[in-house]
Amino acid sequence: MNGVLVLLPIALLLGAIGLAAFFWALRNNQFDDPDGAAARILIDEDEDGDGRA
Amino acid sequence: MTALPDLSPERTSVLAVPGMHCAGCMSKVERGLLAHEGVLTARVNLSSRMVTVTHDERVDEGDLTAFLADAGFEAQPRRSPAQKPYSAVKPLLAPLAVAAFAAMNVMLLSVSVWSGAEGSTRELFHWISALIALPAIGFAGRPFFKSAWSALKKGRTNMDVPISLGVLIASALSLYETWVGGAHAWFDGALMLLTFLLAGRVLDAMMRDRARSGVEALVNQVAKGAQVLGSDGACKYLAAEDLRPGMVMRVAAGERMAADGTIVRGKSRFDQSLLTGESQPVPLVEGEHALAGTLNVEAPVDVRVSGAGRDTTLAEIARLMEASTQDRSRYVRIADRAARYYAPAVHSLALLTVVGWLVAGASLYEALVIGVAVLIITCPCALGLAVPVAQVVASGALMRTGIMVKDGSAFERLASVDRALLDKTGTLTLGRPVPDEAALSALTDSDAAIALALASHSRHPLSRALDKALVGKGVKAAVLHDVREVAGEGVFAVYEGRKVALRRPDSAGTTAVLLQTGEGADRLIPFADSLRPDAREAVAALDKAGVECSILSGDRPEAVAQIARDTGLMANANARPDDKQALVARLRASGRKVLMVGDGLNDGPALAAADASIAPGSASDVGLQAADFVFVQDSLDALPRTLRAARRTMRVVKQNFGLAIIYNIFAVPLAIAGLVTPLIAAIAMSASSLLVVANSLRLARVAR
Repeated sequence: MNGVLVLLPIALLLGAIGLAAFFWALRNNQFDDPDGAAARILIDEDEDGDGRA
Repeated sequence: MTALPDLSPERTSVLAVPGMHCAGCMSKVERGLLAHEGVLTARVNLSSRMVTVTHDERVDEGDLTAFLADAGFEAQPRRSPAQKPYSAVKPLLAPLAVAAFAAMNVMLLSVSVWSGAEGSTRELFHWISALIALPAIGFAGRPFFKSAWSALKKGRTNMDVPISLGVLIASALSLYETWVGGAHAWFDGALMLLTFLLAGRVLDAMMRDRARSGVEALVNQVAKGAQVLGSDGACKYLAAEDLRPGMVMRVAAGERMAADGTIVRGKSRFDQSLLTGESQPVPLVEGEHALAGTLNVEAPVDVRVSGAGRDTTLAEIARLMEASTQDRSRYVRIADRAARYYAPAVHSLALLTVVGWLVAGASLYEALVIGVAVLIITCPCALGLAVPVAQVVASGALMRTGIMVKDGSAFERLASVDRALLDKTGTLTLGRPVPDEAALSALTDSDAAIALALASHSRHPLSRALDKALVGKGVKAAVLHDVREVAGEGVFAVYEGRKVALRRPDSAGTTAVLLQTGEGADRLIPFADSLRPDAREAVAALDKAGVECSILSGDRPEAVAQIARDTGLMANANARPDDKQALVARLRASGRKVLMVGDGLNDGPALAAADASIAPGSASDVGLQAADFVFVQDSLDALPRTLRAARRTMRVVKQNFGLAIIYNIFAVPLAIAGLVTPLIAAIAMSASSLLVVANSLRLARVAR
């Protein structure tokens, strides 16, 4: 029972942090371009040394 | 963005680049733009096929378009970069996240209760569950409560009514149970239900968003304004909405008319295919009437505006379309039709259960708990997923083969179609002139090289088509000197001391160009608007699927007759936009389900009026917006393929309904007998939902 009293708030807190992170992402336009984000990791930045692309 | 440009040297432009589809394209576009002076940043959005560019005053949108053309991408500037497109997904994401978070946590607590927690532990867990669940249900349930309330206010019922009732009653009962320290709380069930249903809604919205942004990227910008001739002879650019009757516009070759008007100076040929479907440019001289939206293909003309804004033929068509669209919005989705029977059946069943248990001698409390169990177990969880999941999977499969689905209900409407009307120009045919194959093969290598070199110096549509065809044949351009283009005449140059030319033939019986090489006879290269590949096979396949096809065109009878012979179809020619719409309405009134396939502005009203509609990706702005499906490839094979996919999707949707009914047949008697506990409800709900999703996933290969 005592273990539960400690673990419950921890579990809820961790979940709430995840939820807060999701809301942050939603507010900061992280979901504007899902296809682009998936493709962007394939772009080779070193090709011509242009880090801006 | 409109107020700032003078203060800040940095400007933002947004360009649509429909041709981007992979990481390589993204990097080519961004690097291609950044390589130029004056471009500060470039950021591609691949989902909406747009690129946002910040740049200083040294470059403008025209330059950016040219830069992208150098990088190998076609681009169009967008009108309002500041305005964000509306997304149907975004408002649903937050409720989904909250519902999923709460459902998982409450489920964890419920598992402990089910596995035997008792006494104060159970009470504590129930209270914590209530603390998490009640705000979460209030927040995540809003989309359903709102929709149910607006349906009830109108005296109707939809799928959201039983959902809202089930969730609300389950929450209230659980709160009461928690209060009195009872054994069963249903918070986990209510939250799981919301999570599943919101997931279905998000999928549905995602599909519509994706298709809409895809279509928006295809949309061409039609005449935003015109150069207006002032009294002092100077030209001033005015936006289309500022044009007034009596003004004189100067319309250059290659420009679209921004208003209706009478030609006061000059003569030219006008491509009216947007309005009439007529494939061949119509010659117009002084005193004749030219319409907004038509393309001036030959020489600059001055036009006195007679109708602008809402008075143009273009605006008239827009009004016709509006009326048709309203007519179609009366269509009731299959899920809502099911809800019409489902909701009253479920509610009376729950009521009968309560009455039955009271008669049998149970206490009011016991009877109510069992009644609620019936409501919860029949909550249309699988039913809510049955339609959207199937449609999303099918539209994803179609999208991968280049067919965009703009509306989920389009599948339902298309599946029942038994009559198809096909436009000619741009639909059965490619809608662009293609040089005659025989004439091209007859050219010697050096002739072809000269023709390509000449064609590459002109922006004229025929030159572009010739250029494309010759490059496609692997011809290398010859080196020319003293190249000059005379508008309305042709391209002239010197090759190895000989005068060469690619020019308009003197006798313009058909669309053609004359190639003069100064060596041997002049060669005439005729152009024709050719039939799309697989057109005959597509029509045959539609016929086999029980869909009777015919041609409905605004073009001349002779031009239509040729295509009708080639495809073996009946044809109506010379149909005006309102004639097309009227024919669709007549067929529908006689009980046929009509599919309209068309591309032009002139097809817009018919596309909007038909039960379902398909447009090619090359279609006009209006065509793209009015159609339910848009296919981007050249082949007309897309038509039978879309029809097949729609019919299979509907079969799966009906199977899903069947599964949901079978689930109810097993679960409802248990609930009525009072044997359902929250544990059984949770297992039954997730099992039926998973079954429905798994069945829908079979559609992933529907487009083959």
